[in-house]
Amino acid sequence: MRIHNLAFGSLAALALATATIPAFAQQGLEEPFQKPFREALAGKTVAYVPVAMNFDLTEGWYAGLKKELEPYGVKFEIRDPNWNTNAGAQAVTSLISEKPAVMVIHNPDVQTYAKLLQRAENEGIYVIQINMGSAYRSSAFVGANWIEIGERQTEGVVKACQGKSNKIAIIQGALSAAASAYTLKGVENVLAKHPEVKVVSSQAADWDAAKAKAITQTVLKQNPDLCGIVGFWDGMDIGTAAAIKEAGLTGKVFLATSGGGERKGACELVKNGSFDLNMSYDVPTQAAQMAGTIKWLLSSGAKPGSVKGSEYTTLIPITKENADSQTACWNLSDLKK
Amino acid sequence: MKRFRLSQQEIVFAVFAALFLTFSVFLKGFLSADNMLTLLQNVAVLGILGLAMAIVVIGRGIDLSLIAALAVPGGLVLQMVQNGHSLPASLLAAGLLSIAIGLVNGWLIAYAEVPPLFATLATGLFVAGLGQAAIFQLDVVQWSDGMAGFERLGQGSILGIPTSIVMFAAACLVVFILLRQTRWGAYIYAIGDNPFAARVTGIPSRPIVVLQYVVAALIGCFAGLVMAASVNSMPTRIFNSTLIYDVILVVVLGGIGLSGGRGGVVNVIIGTLLIGTMLNGMTIMDIPYAGQNMIKGIVLLIAVITDTFLNPRNEETAQQGDI
Repeated sequence: MRIHNLAFGSLAALALATATIPAFAQQGLEEPFQKPFREALAGKTVAYVPVAMNFDLTEGWYAGLKKELEPYGVKFEIRDPNWNTNAGAQAVTSLISEKPAVMVIHNPDVQTYAKLLQRAENEGIYVIQINMGSAYRSSAFVGANWIEIGERQTEGVVKACQGKSNKIAIIQGALSAAASAYTLKGVENVLAKHPEVKVVSSQAADWDAAKAKAITQTVLKQNPDLCGIVGFWDGMDIGTAAAIKEAGLTGKVFLATSGGGERKGACELVKNGSFDLNMSYDVPTQAAQMAGTIKWLLSSGAKPGSVKGSEYTTLIPITKENADSQTACWNLSDLKK
Repeated sequence: MKRFRLSQQEIVFAVFAALFLTFSVFLKGFLSADNMLTLLQNVAVLGILGLAMAIVVIGRGIDLSLIAALAVPGGLVLQMVQNGHSLPASLLAAGLLSIAIGLVNGWLIAYAEVPPLFATLATGLFVAGLGQAAIFQLDVVQWSDGMAGFERLGQGSILGIPTSIVMFAAACLVVFILLRQTRWGAYIYAIGDNPFAARVTGIPSRPIVVLQYVVAALIGCFAGLVMAASVNSMPTRIFNSTLIYDVILVVVLGGIGLSGGRGGVVNVIIGTLLIGTMLNGMTIMDIPYAGQNMIKGIVLLIAVITDTFLNPRNEETAQQGDI
């Protein structure tokens, strides 16, 4: 009887154990942080003020941010100043009174928005500055390090020039744009270490492909032995490349440029030989970093302006070696899906 | 005593000649056949636009929508081909769009009697906005495989002369024939000189004004295609640039008065050459951008002031509508 009882007891215990353990698992476990996270994001407004829409960078950021944030119930607002700095400043001013939770700001220059962004953070709005920072350091900066871009492009050109004429040309963007001035500083940093390299022309083409082509044509006629060109933006350097091609110097003049890495504007043009090096700041990754920062800030509950940090983009140098790969470039149409 | 008088056209030509000589003597590499071709190539599109503007200005109008007429139909071709349409269909669509732009401009000015400055300012804004909102995916429309071969319109050379110069020359010839060899051209001069007298003498002035703007828009579209072919893309944002001022500059500097009825193709060529020489010389000298603008401004001021001294304005020379 005792043995029987014991056996029965242990059997019962076994049965209980087998019955209860899966039952615990089926009940699930409460994850204590996801609910506050979802609540922190739901219904919040994120306002986006690029310098203009309709070009690969700003369209890519917009599509990437939307994809990451809208599923959490974040409302996404866009103000397009269409290259007009005044309109942009007005948009930022009116946004401050509308009090979105986060403002994502693409500065046209270093000064214009600086005071406004400081005011916005004082009013309790997180400010994330993208690709072009202002004089005011806000909660986060996500974007390219222009100095590094200038340095690495120039290193590429200097290397390609070894054993050749050592004559190079620089095609700058617009003089008023800080991105252009920072890149130039990077170029100067490298050239200071290479006194043998001679800059035969350093001109601003206003981000305009036609102007870049005109300048390059003239420079190439004067210096047919030119060995390299540092261009400041791939959208403009299509013109630079066209001038090199027309002069029959493709492959002889090393053209380094930079851009957002959109397939048609970057990889395709590296593949067909227009560009030799395109430093890409990979827009989808930048967008994902912006979205990550927004999620972190909103869920942290930190007071706007109390934490400040930077996320400089890891650059992707696009050359003939990786221009064919799926990951070096991105398609705007895919990002928008 | 007969005073020695120079017309503005001759003054600008003298300034051009002086600049050209100075550069030739002091600037190594300026006076070479290669550089001369580059100089012309760089201003070919500006020259073509100058021709379009000249037709309108001679008829006492102005067309501020010209840059939109360059960017939007030109961009439409590249975008349609990118989206998989055939090149001829895309060119046809661009041509129709250009004609539509010209017709709207012409109708507003000739029939609704809106001053050309305001009418074309508005249509230009509308067309550029239409392009951004409804046509282009991105500001810079890239060349696609379907356009293969078409880049010869702006690249390469014909008999050793860069194609864009040949295109400018062809446009000059067409506009010259239109203005000097056809009855319509004579009408345009008559309307520009005195619109009321022209109407009284039985010239169909309203349809001729419409024609001016349609031709201008079509030439604008042509300039856009040459430009796109030459840089392998269409930077449609060019609408926001100061290009329209350069175009007006070429026309006015060349000696086509804004009061209408004066000048012709030769004036556009002279204005274009002056701008081209300045740009080319300053690029060779590697003058910074800000300095370039200053020098451009000074040369223009000299031309305008000399003109005012040699041809002072008074009641006789001033015309109604003179700006």
